[in-house]
Amino acid sequence: MINIDSPVSPAPPKVEVSNLNFYYGDKHAIKNVNLTLPTNKITALIGPSGCGKTTLLRCFNRMHDLYDGNRYEGEIVLDGQVNILSRRIDPIEVRMRVGMVFQRPNPFPKSIFENVAYGLRVRGEKNKSFIADKVEEALKASALWDEVNDRLKDMAFNLSGGQQQRLCIARALATDPELILFDEPTSALDPIATRNIEELMDGLKKQVTILIVTHSMQQAARLSDYTAFMYLGEMLECDRTEVIFKHAAQLRTRDYVSGQFG
Amino acid sequence: MATSISSPSSSTPLSPIQLSVIQRKRRSNLFSAAGIVSILIALMTLIALVLQLFIQGLPKLNWQFLTSFADPEASLAGVLAALVGSCLVMLVTAATAVPVGIGAGLYLEEYVTRNKFSALIEINVTNLAGVPSIVYGLLALGLFKYYFSLGESILTAGLTLALLVLPVVIVATRESVRAIPSSLREATYAMGASKSQMVFDHLLPYAFGNILTGVIIGLSRAIGETAPLVTIGALTFIAFLPESPIQSSFPFISFEWLKAPFTVLPIQMFNWVSRPESEFQVNAAAAGIVLLSLTLMMNSIAIYLRYRIQKSLKW
Amino acid sequence: MTISSLSEAIAAPPRKQVIRRLKERFIESVLFLCAFSCVAVTIAIMVILGTESIGLFKTVSLWEFFTGTEWAPLFEPAKYGILPLVCGTVTTSAIALFVAIPIGTTIALFLSEFASQKVRVWVKPILEILAGVPTVVYGYFALLFVTPLLQIVLPDLPGFNMLAAGLVMGIMIVPQISSMSEDAMRSVPDELREGSYAAGATKLQTAWNVVFPAAFSGVSSSYILGISRAVGETMIVSIAAGLQPTISFNPMDSAATMTAYIVQVSLGDLPHGSTGYQTIFAVGFLLVSMTLIFNTIGHWLKRRYREQY
Repeated sequence: MINIDSPVSPAPPKVEVSNLNFYYGDKHAIKNVNLTLPTNKITALIGPSGCGKTTLLRCFNRMHDLYDGNRYEGEIVLDGQVNILSRRIDPIEVRMRVGMVFQRPNPFPKSIFENVAYGLRVRGEKNKSFIADKVEEALKASALWDEVNDRLKDMAFNLSGGQQQRLCIARALATDPELILFDEPTSALDPIATRNIEELMDGLKKQVTILIVTHSMQQAARLSDYTAFMYLGEMLECDRTEVIFKHAAQLRTRDYVSGQFG
Repeated sequence: MATSISSPSSSTPLSPIQLSVIQRKRRSNLFSAAGIVSILIALMTLIALVLQLFIQGLPKLNWQFLTSFADPEASLAGVLAALVGSCLVMLVTAATAVPVGIGAGLYLEEYVTRNKFSALIEINVTNLAGVPSIVYGLLALGLFKYYFSLGESILTAGLTLALLVLPVVIVATRESVRAIPSSLREATYAMGASKSQMVFDHLLPYAFGNILTGVIIGLSRAIGETAPLVTIGALTFIAFLPESPIQSSFPFISFEWLKAPFTVLPIQMFNWVSRPESEFQVNAAAAGIVLLSLTLMMNSIAIYLRYRIQKSLKW
Repeated sequence: MTISSLSEAIAAPPRKQVIRRLKERFIESVLFLCAFSCVAVTIAIMVILGTESIGLFKTVSLWEFFTGTEWAPLFEPAKYGILPLVCGTVTTSAIALFVAIPIGTTIALFLSEFASQKVRVWVKPILEILAGVPTVVYGYFALLFVTPLLQIVLPDLPGFNMLAAGLVMGIMIVPQISSMSEDAMRSVPDELREGSYAAGATKLQTAWNVVFPAAFSGVSSSYILGISRAVGETMIVSIAAGLQPTISFNPMDSAATMTAYIVQVSLGDLPHGSTGYQTIFAVGFLLVSMTLIFNTIGHWLKRRYREQY
C-alpha cells in the first residue's frame, strides 16, 4: 500500500510512522496510520475537513500532550532510532527537534528579534553574538531579513499577516529543527503572501524535512514531493505526488483530487 | 528502542538536550510548588482567622448573646439590636439598589446608543466601583444626614450601602444580559415584540439567576461594611428595637422603623474590638462569628447558584 | 401566526400605536434615570466633598495643607499638614502590595497555566471566601492574632503597628489581584501558548516569557486597582495600625492613615461645619482623588488588553 521508496527517488526515511492510533478521550481520531517521511522532502497531508490531518500532524511534536484525556498508540520513529511517542521521551525533547508553524500566524507579543530568538533562549542559550547570528540566518532563510533588518526591535504585531507567518517560520528555523510541521500555513494569507511562503518552503527542503497539512490540492500538487490522502482518520493512500494526482490507486482519492467531494 | 532522542547509542548517560530539559523542568516544577505554597498561605490565613474567632468567641456564642442588647457589662451584652439593625438596613439597601441597578444595567446594555454620553456613564460606573467605601460614608454624612436631614437612621444607612452595592448590581446585570445570544433577541423581535417586551419578557427572566447571584454577593459585602456607617454616626449603644414594620392594627404596615436609630453587626464588633478590656474582645470574636457566618452563608448561596446556572444554562 | 400578528399590527388603530410608543418611551426614560443615577452620585461626591471642605481652606492655605509635617487639627495650636496621614497610607499600602503582588501573581500564573481543572474548582471558592471576609473581621484578626504572633519574633513591636495591618491588608487584596490577573492570562489565546510549547519551552518558560508579557496590561491593571483598594481600606488600619499621625516609613511604628483619621473623628462628637467636620471632608477629597487616578489608569490598562485580543 505504501510505496514511497520508489526507484526514482531513493530518499532515506526521516520519520517512520507505524500503526499509529490516536484517541481524544473515547473518540478514535487516527486509525492505524502507517506513513514514511523521506528526508529533505516535502510531504503533504490532504483530505476532507475533519479527516484527522491536523490531529495526525500534531502527533509529530506531541502537541496533544498539552491537553488531558488524549492517548497515543503505535510508533513514530525518528531517524530509525527513537520512538517519539514513548512515555520515556519528554515531549519537550521532541519539540526541540521538531519545529511547527501554525495555521494562523501566532507571533509572541515581543520584538521581531525576540520572537526568532525565543527557541534559543528557551534552550538556555546565553551567547549574544551566537543568538544574533542565528536570528539573522533564520530571517534570511525565511526571506524576511531584507524587510525587517532595520527594525528588529519593532513589535512583531506590526508586521503584515504574510510577514508574521514568515516570522513564525524563522522562529521555527532558528533552532535548526530536523523536521518542520506546517499546519495549513497559508490558509489565513492572501495569494501573494501564499506564493512567497511556498517558494520559501521549496527552498527549505534542502536542509529540513517538511510535513504540511493543506486544504488546497493545487498547493499540494505544486509544492510537495509526496502526498498522503486521509479519510475519516485513516490513511487511504500515500505516494509520490504525481502518482496521487494522476494515477491514484483508490477511487476515493481519485474523486477527492478531481474535486468530486471535499 | 533507544531512550535517548539525540544520541545514537542508548548507552550514553544523558545528552545535553536531555540535561537541559531536566534542568528546565525542575525549575518549572519549583514554580508549581511556589504556586501551591501561595495558595496554602491564603488558605492558612483563612483557617487561622476562623480558628482565632472560634477559639476566642465560641464560648460566648449562645442564645443569650443573640437575644440581648448591648450592655456596659461585657458578660451581659449581646447582638440583638445589631442583628435586627443589619437585617433592616439590608432590606432598605436591597429595595433601592436592586431595581435601580438592574434598570441601569439594562439601559447600558440594551438601550444606550454609543456616544460620548454613554461613555461618560460607563466611566462613572467603573469608577464608582473603585471609590473607597468610606467616601460613600462622607457623601452620606453631608448629603443624607445634613442636607436631606434624614439623621442617623436606618434609611440613611440603607441608602449609603445601596450606593456601594449599585455598581455590583449593574455589572452583574450587564454581564448576564450580554451572555444571552443575539439570535434570541432577533427571534423575539421577529415575533412582533417591542423592545420593552423583549427586555422584560425575555432578557430579564433569562438573566435573572445570574443577576441574583451578583445581588447576593453585593449584599454580602454590604452587610460586612463598617466604615461608611461609622462616618454617618451609627450608634453602638442601642437598647431597643425599631418599631416593627408589620403592625397588628390598621394599616398593618408601618415605615416608622426607617427613621429609627440603629446599630449593625460590624459596628458593634468594631466597638467591642476597640475596647481595651479582654472580655469585650471575646464579645467581638463572637460577633465576628455571627457576621462571618452571615457573609459566608450569602457567598455560598451565590457560589452554589452560579454553579447550578452554569450547569443548566448553556447558550 | 407571525403573519396574523403582523397584519394585526399593521391594522392597529393609530391611537394604539401612539400609546405603545409612549409606553416604550416611558420605560426607556425610567431606565435612563437609573443609569444616570451613577453620574449623579459621582457629581454628588465631588460637590459634597468640595463644599464641605472649602471652609477649611479659608483658614488654612493649600500650601500648609500639603506640605505641613504635623497633623493635629483638633488641638491648640491646630496643625494642618496632611503629610503624616499620607505617610501612614503609603507605608501600609506598600506593605500590603509587597505581600499581595507576588502571592497574587503566583496564584494567577499557577491557576491559569499549571493547575488542572480540578484544582481550580477547589481553589477559586477559597479565594472568593477570602475576598468576602468583612474588613472589620480582618482588623480584629490583625490586632489580636497577627500582632501577637509577630511580637514573638519582634518583641519590640507595639500593639498597634503598620506591619500587621499591612500584612493582613495584603492577604485581603490577594484574591482581587489573582482573579483579575488570571482573567487576563486566560484571555491570552492558546495559539501563543502552542507556539511556545512547539518551540520546546517548559510550562514555566511559556508562562513567564509568553503568557505573562501578553497579559501584562491586564495584570498591571490588577496591581493598580489593588493599590487603589489598599489606599482606600479603612477598618483594618483603624483597628490595628493605631491613630497617631506620625511621619514614619518604619513598618514597626504605629501610625494613622487618611482613612483611619476619618474614622477616628467620626467616632467623636461632630457638629456640622466644625473644623473637625471640615477636615475629614478635605482628607476624603484627597483620598478620592488618589483612588480616582489609580482607577483611571487601571481601567485604561484593562481596556487595552481587551482590545488586544
